[in-house]
Amino acid sequence: MIKVGFMPLLDSASLVAAAEKGFAAEQGIELTLVRETSWANIRDRTIIGHFDAAHMLAPMTVASTLGVGHVRVPLVVPCALGVGGNAITVSLALWERMAGAGAVAGGAPAMQGAALRRAVTEQERLAGEPLTFGIVYPFSCHNFELRYWLAGVGIDPDREVRLVVIPPPFLADALRAGQIDGFCAGEPWNSVAVHAGIGVIALATTAVWPQSPEKVLACRREWALGHPRELAALVRSIHRAAQWCEQPENHAELARLLAEPRYVGAPAELLRRALAGRLVLLPGQADRQLEGFFATARDAATFPWTSHALWFHTQMVRWGQIAYAEEDIAAIAATYRPDLYRRALEPLQAKLPSADWRAERFFDGKVFDPASLPVYRKYLER
Amino acid sequence: MSERGLRILLVDQNVMRASVLEEGLREAGCTDVIVVRDMQNVLRRIVDADPDVIFIDLENPNRDVLEQMFQVSRLVRRPIAMFVDRSDTDMIAAAVDAGVGAYIVDGLKKERVKSILELAVSRFHAFNRIRDELEHAKQALEERKVVDRAKGILMKERSLSEEQAYALLRKAAMNENRRVVEVAQSVLTAARLLK
Repeated sequence: MIKVGFMPLLDSASLVAAAEKGFAAEQGIELTLVRETSWANIRDRTIIGHFDAAHMLAPMTVASTLGVGHVRVPLVVPCALGVGGNAITVSLALWERMAGAGAVAGGAPAMQGAALRRAVTEQERLAGEPLTFGIVYPFSCHNFELRYWLAGVGIDPDREVRLVVIPPPFLADALRAGQIDGFCAGEPWNSVAVHAGIGVIALATTAVWPQSPEKVLACRREWALGHPRELAALVRSIHRAAQWCEQPENHAELARLLAEPRYVGAPAELLRRALAGRLVLLPGQADRQLEGFFATARDAATFPWTSHALWFHTQMVRWGQIAYAEEDIAAIAATYRPDLYRRALEPLQAKLPSADWRAERFFDGKVFDPASLPVYRKYLER
Repeated sequence: MSERGLRILLVDQNVMRASVLEEGLREAGCTDVIVVRDMQNVLRRIVDADPDVIFIDLENPNRDVLEQMFQVSRLVRRPIAMFVDRSDTDMIAAAVDAGVGAYIVDGLKKERVKSILELAVSRFHAFNRIRDELEHAKQALEERKVVDRAKGILMKERSLSEEQAYALLRKAAMNENRRVVEVAQSVLTAARLLK
């Protein structure tokens, strides 16, 4: 039996489908999913071996491998659990101010950002409390994507706004209570806020970083070393499940499954729309198609790109979570294991990327290409 | 550290569990215990309390909130997670099993932390036992209600005494290799359908 911890989020879909739709059984493994309540629990229970593997925030694996904010336990990422699925949602009041400054529903990051920049300046002029945004964890793509966008439109995320951690199930309440003015989180939590009539989805983070990763499958390096066959079977079952999840004809069934209280426990209709990338951005309006909003399988969505791990490192350095040390780079690159992914998928003869890393492109035209150390260092200097 | 006793702050939404731990700590001589039940202004309260050890129940999603506060806040002395070093793995596993997370202020003597964490673990276990017993008692009561109702139906429909009705349920359960309460539940279902 393989025990895998997960958090109630849309991107647990491939794991849920692997367990429920027979993909794990097809690979000869018994997959048991255990729902958790915090990322800290996910990390601790993976580290001490309660879980063989877990649905984990991608940057958390790098943090654990380096021992930032916690004990140093090397984790490995043999496959990713999809791309996208995150968005930045703001309160109705903040949206009104942004709209007054030129933001439009579905607008591009630069446009929405310029509007937010004006709202932040206005807030400073009024000498009010800085605008506050919720994130789900310090070592998360949400944190880095939000910060990248803010900084890219000229807002200092540490000085001009306040970022606080709020667990996803509490985000809508915090927004309603005015405790936060916006948040960056995965689905279904953005749609939940819009559905409740208290938030507007200002931006999908795939507009900030196209094909941005989100959760990964993580396990202790020791477990990976000791259980190569189980791990390979698990990766294969996730790969197959991810393909099933992506088929539009399966979305209704998958949404119903995820809606069950033991999994995500959110309305099936919201989950179905998020799976299809059709979100309602403003309360009461029709849904609209967001290109590339969420993918479980297409465009190598389960491939563990080494460039992701390295980019997280640049952001951890950029935002002061860790000091730059050249000797860390090898350990970070070794966290992501495209070699394990390739080996696991060999029997399926799937079409795989030829390289283990790629150039990552962002909304501001910048490119992160870790091909060589000088480029990497230069990127860190920005 | 100072001469004063350890100051312990406990973040727990469960009133009963919090008091079970608080009581245990007091019995062990830790009289300086502060219980925080909701997350409103929790950072302020931690800053004011300046605790040496912070406990949080692992069922609480706000654990992630605490971790960020510890990482970014310059106001609190930096508490670190209970993973003091790798040799403590057993202790950590025991704590996670019991459902308690601990953060200690850097520099605190390991021995003191260990004894206090062990105490917290045993108290959390004690609470879990109480909760399980309560659950069992509740379930037993529910089951008795079902059996009583089934007996009543049999007594009325088949003119049996209470003992005869129960004997009939038990015999059916033995024959079908089921629990008496399951048979009783079938009787209730059947009675409802036949009504």
